Amino acid sequence: MSKLKTLYDKHIDSHTVCTLDDHGHVLLYVDRQVINEYTSPQAFSGLRDADRRVWRPETALSVVDHVNSTAAKRIAVQPDEGGALQVNYFGENCRDFGIELFDILDERQGIEHVVAPELGFILPGMVVAAGDSHTTTYGALGAFGFGIGTSEIEHLLATQTLVYKRLSTMRVNVNGDLGFGVTSKDIIMAVIQAIGASGATGYAIEFCGSAIDDMSVEARMTICNMAVEAGARGAFMAPDDKVFDYLKDKPRAPKGEQWVQAVETWQGLRTDEGAIFDREVEIDSSAIEPMVTWGTSPDQVLAIGGVVPDPAEESDLLTRKGIQRAIDYMGLKANTPLDAVSISHAFIGSCTNARIEDLREVAKVVKHRKLFAGVTGIIVPGSTSVRVQAELEGLADIFLQAGFEWRQSGCSMCLAMNDDVLEPGDRCASSTNRNFEGRQGAGARTHLMSPAMVAAAAVTGRLFDVRQLDVEA
Amino acid sequence: MEPFLVVSGKAAPMLASNIDTDVIMPKQFLKGIDRQGLDRGLFFDERFLESGEPNPEFILNQSSWVGAKFLVVGPNFGCGSSREHAVWGLKQLGIRALIGTSFAGIFYDNCMRNGVLLIELLDEQIEQVAAQISLSESNEITVDLASQVISLSDGHRLPFVIDQLRKESLLEGLDAIGATLQKVKLIQKFERSHLLENPWLS
Ligand code: SF4
Repeated sequence: MSKLKTLYDKHIDSHTVCTLDDHGHVLLYVDRQVINEYTSPQAFSGLRDADRRVWRPETALSVVDHVNSTAAKRIAVQPDEGGALQVNYFGENCRDFGIELFDILDERQGIEHVVAPELGFILPGMVVAAGDSHTTTYGALGAFGFGIGTSEIEHLLATQTLVYKRLSTMRVNVNGDLGFGVTSKDIIMAVIQAIGASGATGYAIEFCGSAIDDMSVEARMTICNMAVEAGARGAFMAPDDKVFDYLKDKPRAPKGEQWVQAVETWQGLRTDEGAIFDREVEIDSSAIEPMVTWGTSPDQVLAIGGVVPDPAEESDLLTRKGIQRAIDYMGLKANTPLDAVSISHAFIGSCTNARIEDLREVAKVVKHRKLFAGVTGIIVPGSTSVRVQAELEGLADIFLQAGFEWRQSGCSMCLAMNDDVLEPGDRCASSTNRNFEGRQGAGARTHLMSPAMVAAAAVTGRLFDVRQLDVEA
Repeated sequence: MEPFLVVSGKAAPMLASNIDTDVIMPKQFLKGIDRQGLDRGLFFDERFLESGEPNPEFILNQSSWVGAKFLVVGPNFGCGSSREHAVWGLKQLGIRALIGTSFAGIFYDNCMRNGVLLIELLDEQIEQVAAQISLSESNEITVDLASQVISLSDGHRLPFVIDQLRKESLLEGLDAIGATLQKVKLIQKFERSHLLENPWLS
């Protein structure tokens, strides 16, 4: 009998051009890549210098997302010199190497990890690499996506392959009905809390269990997206009928006879019964409550009912120092209840939580309510088509009436490379994925949470348990 | 790529956990289209005061550690964003190797691609190294990649593990793309059958 395989093994085996040693190194064939303007320029320069061509330009998709302005009125030329330089060079590279580009004025523009799935560019069974760590998002579609650096982008463009080392495998079983007001964001934050910010370093995670089966494909993307915050270099979910329904009729999905054939193949994309993972983790999702981060690492996270940790109670020296440094940076005092912490900003955006379902959740909370006095609220849709959809559904009107800024798409204040930057000391409830020091602006403080929780913070002016607001289910 | 053979120099301790690539290379230095000038951005918010003066508290600004070639770091160093700018900055500042207990995956690959050696040791070994190099009189170490040994100034020699493939490419300073392109025929052959089996991928 042949060896029982995990879903990860199946992806790697079916994409191995040749093995390179006995230690797990293979030459891995990559089906698709997504390219952005800020991690790619030096890769293209490398190709130009060595007079190399792109192996299969039609397998790459370029999207401007990191540096563009998100001002309500679209502008093609970026106001800042660096951004303009990158966008220009990006355009030049895509033209010269024959790669499709969704530029700022394109109606398909948006954050790369939102755009690629909604286009049907990513399909189950694919291996996808991109110069962005959140490429793990594509695991929700049964693809294997992972982030790479600029040198690897160049290698991939030139050869369609990567020199790749096999990861260990971890299965995270998430079982139990979610409580009211609890979302897939809370699940992944609870997973990161349980295993730590480096708990999955060296691993590819497969998520399964009733909670995953029950949730929508978009909600699953949030989980795979943020798995990298636990160190995972890949996140998987076996594709099911929900995934096939999601993909059917997407512009780039296969059609007709080919669709039928593809789905048949994709149905085999699951871990063999009895296959062994290097590590198993059990999460009881019925016990999860709405989560918020208090510190500067995604694993510095607690349920909203908690209090800021006290370093004095920590026996390990390194951990104690870490907590102290985090609460100093965050301007918090030990033992303060989290829901007593007031905010200056509320941000809805990013490839983690700015899809249409996320915006619907936000609208439910802020409908007939107003931003708390003094709070700046910003909503940046994950893609231009999400923006259009939200306007069609009347969500944009709800946001505007509540006092939010309603922006064009881009990464925006997720990493603050454009002009959406917080001031030192600002405190932001954010639907994004990283609460690192300076992530949203030097000296700015980020609290990560679900979109519904950001909305609750926006209308109450502090970190707040959304379950205490009267919100229709 | 500059080969890594035997390198001697000062090592600086930077032992906090989870030092992420946003901290190593803040966003305002990511807006170029080349690799220039990233040494200035390295650890910028911690290395420089608001006035622009070097922050005297930061280890690499202290006279005994200026010009360090090695960093001895805490767990999960390099986590977060895939930005290779972090590694280019380290390299431009003269850092040749990092020694720690664990490194984030993308950062690890980025270092290898740029000839920056990452050495993973056990907690107690890191403590041993850190104890030595945190004192200015004993902060010189030597890393010999071919024999896979770190020599401390008190004479201790710590062996380390690295897989052969990575070791060779570092020792030789290999051009990875050139090496892969020697396998053009294999890649083409694989590609043909892969696309035949999965026609929706073409
Ligand atoms: S939204 Fe944030 S995490 Fe996602 S690709 Fe953009 S910068 Fe990266």
